[in-house]
Amino acid sequence: MYQFNYLRPKSLDEAKKLYENNGDAKFLAGGQTLIPTLKQRLAQPTALIDIGGIAGLAGIKVAGGAIVIGAGTRHNDVAISADVKKSIPALAHLASHIGDPAVRHMGTLGGSIANNDPAADYPSAVLALGADIKTTSRTIKADDFFTGMFETALDEGEIVTEVSFPIPEKAAYMKFPNPASRYAMVGVFVAKTKGGVRVAVTGAASCVYRESAMEAALAKAFTPDAVANIKVSPGNLNSDLHGSAEYRAHLVTVMAKRAVAAAT
Amino acid sequence: MTAPIVGAAIRRKEDFRFVTGNGHYTDDINRPGQAYAYFLRSPHAHAKIKSLNVEAARSAKGVVGVLTGKDLAADKIGGLICGWTIHSKDGSPMKAGAHPALAVDTVRYVGDHIAVVIADSPALARDAAEKIEVDYDLLPAVTTPDKAQGSDAPQLHAEAPRNTVYQWELGNKKETDAAFKSPAHVVKLKLTNNRLIPNAMEPRAAIGEYDQGTGAYTLYVTSQNPHVARLVMSAFIGIAPEHKLRVVAPDVGGGFGSKIFIYAEEVVCTWASKKVGRPVKWTAERSESFLSDAHGRDHVTEAEMALDAQGKMLGFRIKTIANMGAYLSTFASSVPTYLYGTLLSGQYALPAVYVEVDAVYTNTAPVDAYRGAGRPEATYLVERIVEEAARQLKMDPAELRRKNFVRTFPHQTPVIMNYDAGDYEASLDEALKLIDYKGFPARKVEAQKRGKLRGLGFSTYIEACGLAPSAAVGSLGAGVGLWESAEVRVTPTGQVEVFTGAHSHGQGHETTFAQLVAGRFGIPLENVEIIHGDTNSVQFGMGTYGSRTAVGMTALVKALEKVEAKAKRIAAHVLEASAADIVLENGEFKVAGTDRKLAFHELALNAYTGHKFPTHEIEPGLKESAFWDPLNFTFPAGCHICEVEIDPETGVTKIVAFVAVDDFGKVINPMIVEGQVHGGVAQGIGQAMLEHGVYDPESGQLLTGSYMDYTMPRADDLPSYKVGLTETPCPSNPLGMKGCGEAGAIASPPAVINAVTDAIGIKEFEMPATPERVWRAINSTKHKSAAE
Repeated sequence: MYQFNYLRPKSLDEAKKLYENNGDAKFLAGGQTLIPTLKQRLAQPTALIDIGGIAGLAGIKVAGGAIVIGAGTRHNDVAISADVKKSIPALAHLASHIGDPAVRHMGTLGGSIANNDPAADYPSAVLALGADIKTTSRTIKADDFFTGMFETALDEGEIVTEVSFPIPEKAAYMKFPNPASRYAMVGVFVAKTKGGVRVAVTGAASCVYRESAMEAALAKAFTPDAVANIKVSPGNLNSDLHGSAEYRAHLVTVMAKRAVAAAT
Repeated sequence: MTAPIVGAAIRRKEDFRFVTGNGHYTDDINRPGQAYAYFLRSPHAHAKIKSLNVEAARSAKGVVGVLTGKDLAADKIGGLICGWTIHSKDGSPMKAGAHPALAVDTVRYVGDHIAVVIADSPALARDAAEKIEVDYDLLPAVTTPDKAQGSDAPQLHAEAPRNTVYQWELGNKKETDAAFKSPAHVVKLKLTNNRLIPNAMEPRAAIGEYDQGTGAYTLYVTSQNPHVARLVMSAFIGIAPEHKLRVVAPDVGGGFGSKIFIYAEEVVCTWASKKVGRPVKWTAERSESFLSDAHGRDHVTEAEMALDAQGKMLGFRIKTIANMGAYLSTFASSVPTYLYGTLLSGQYALPAVYVEVDAVYTNTAPVDAYRGAGRPEATYLVERIVEEAARQLKMDPAELRRKNFVRTFPHQTPVIMNYDAGDYEASLDEALKLIDYKGFPARKVEAQKRGKLRGLGFSTYIEACGLAPSAAVGSLGAGVGLWESAEVRVTPTGQVEVFTGAHSHGQGHETTFAQLVAGRFGIPLENVEIIHGDTNSVQFGMGTYGSRTAVGMTALVKALEKVEAKAKRIAAHVLEASAADIVLENGEFKVAGTDRKLAFHELALNAYTGHKFPTHEIEPGLKESAFWDPLNFTFPAGCHICEVEIDPETGVTKIVAFVAVDDFGKVINPMIVEGQVHGGVAQGIGQAMLEHGVYDPESGQLLTGSYMDYTMPRADDLPSYKVGLTETPCPSNPLGMKGCGEAGAIASPPAVINAVTDAIGIKEFEMPATPERVWRAINSTKHKSAAE
């Protein structure tokens, strides 16, 4: 780790000002990606602005047919929330399988989606459920939020404050974990929402994306058989030691089929 | 009379300290005024160092010294050594390249040491290291054993043409060739034994300290064998004579072989402590452990077995290429030779075995002994080809084995070993019972109904432990003897201190050694202290590896015999009886047939006061030592059976049952033995299902350099084991013990892979059985059957 200044603002306004006044500053939420990166000296920010001390960033509430989760909410709190389990059990299930207990007690929803790791779990839920991402300056639709590998629509200094997940009719998340890291090698989040069926895939490509052929098929019949024979092209998928693009493409279909079967 | 303490499942004395965070590891030690070392490592797999400029680092903040290979050479500090000289089949000694602790002009693997920066803090040392300028001339790299001998492969060491360290052979070639003339069946198999990265929970660490007053060095280090470290650093590397070098290996958090070896970092920290005039401390980061701890296994092998029409094995012929990495580590040369070739007869009465092994250099981390060391490689080969033979001959794999088991002892194999005792059928039968072999076909059908593929695989393994008769290993090229030592000191108030040359780093010696003492003298376990790991307090010893604790325990028994004999002579005087009439019962020295007696602590006090016996005939005090050189290897053996269920849609393989039945001879503490089996099997399953050290074949970068990509077994990857013990006492030591530390890692991989190949119905398959590999294998059989 290189030296940096550690700053802990009390409000979002203060955080914004600190960001503007501190050269190459980075926001620190749960730190589950950033801290290991710093420890390996792969990043050298001048300051870390820890937003964990800002009141009101964490919390879960049910409002207007949606589950609204504060950006600073830890994965474990989502996993054990009675409201989430009741309204979107798939989301609680997803959160309960992120990383390990230590990660789940530190990592946050906002940190995960702002980082947009291609193998992270949360982006698939945000995209499949058609969530709204509220930030310090605006509200961004899920479809507009994830723009590429580790890239989002967030501007410099913009902080995610909460995510509003519309409660679906049915949903499920099926994850095939990387055997080593337990990140998603392929994770498929299927949701039957008021606006239609949405299928979001994480881990397989450089960024979470929607499988439109599967969505169309499931809109006609929300059954496992509807997707069982839909072949996914490996063309744009990742290949690594643990899984080739061809294998990942195959797994997208299998995980989608199983997610539909499991959807509640 | 209480239950015998030897053989009892007593909780480990040392665990209270470990689980309450009171263990004392190398990194817990801090010396006054210590500075911190950071090693600049090569980012390239193979390169010439055109220039190395450390000036900016030397003047950086907090830096007390920057040292390079040139400084080592100027001080005439020698390179690291390989302590076992293997001879090629043409009689020539192995061709070893130099192994400097800090590179001089060439780096040969990613992680190779270039310079050390010593500073007031680890962070300052690392900051300064970033100011070192190295100008590299990049060279092509070769990483795998099958490519290393190619005419176009880059050459690592001028001393070893075609990167070949030796071309070794063992066995009866003529008889083996004859066996292949016209056998009814020939079974062929090609396989790879995957590279493993050890990952002890405690990373390596070292603190070197020089005392200007006495001119003596102290090295605190994560070592399995501190005396051997001192010997090598003194006699071969030239840091200091032995009496001016103290090596302390305190609590060590797992070794698995990787802490046997003498590494660059500990040599450099010791040497540098005098150069900079301060103690020098280094603790590996996990990523350094991945790069620079000696790795394990990494063989490619082609083998064939000849059998007659009834399934009797006639001959076994093997050609193996073993990857040594970029340099020969301390015992690397012995692993694919005398620890491998000698076990290729397995549990079978094979009349003819012939093995050839080429050892090769590659641009990878050095490869050396890792839990099992050579014996897992042998067992994996033997047990996979035997299983394949059963399938080819359409015989039950248990019955084919049964037909070929060695049944009379001693049994001389064609590959040196003389098996002294065993009952292979007993462990096979017990394992068949525990797995419910008869119920397997029904379970397979039931799994099919759920769309799952179920398979069952055997491994009837044998290994050689109790390393080793010194003259025997000396004649095979070992640079050391492999006896062990013990000293027993009885205190005047009747406690016992045991100084053992063995080293405990997870084996539970503090409990099992104490059980032997408590059992013999009838004193409470807590009155026995086991002291190990410090060359200043313990007599020379060879350390712990190769499941060789039976040797150390026998040394202890021999020392206890001497203590008892002297104690009886003293008791005879005190009790005014003949020494021949003194018996030791329940901790009391008694005159047989009378009520005259001395408690153990009363005897001890008498020994030290010297009031009641003629001290000119019997020396006062009660302290004895023994050095025990084993008469033979010991031969643990047994049967492991694995049952798997595969999801054909994803290739995910689940171990649904795992049975381990082992014959370790007499057992001192069955709970500790069971724990060793559990841990060993976990590592074996890790190798079979999960772990794989992979280098990029072009760049030579380690692709599995962290837990993001190197799959360590987790609890949920492992089944609940069913373990059993059978017992044939070992005839070559008084306790009848064989050793148990490595058996699990040796036996389990072939059982797992035999189960996987059984489930899929395929012959060729490589570890680890990752989901994608299994899925592809299943699809290949589908395509095949579609084509037929």
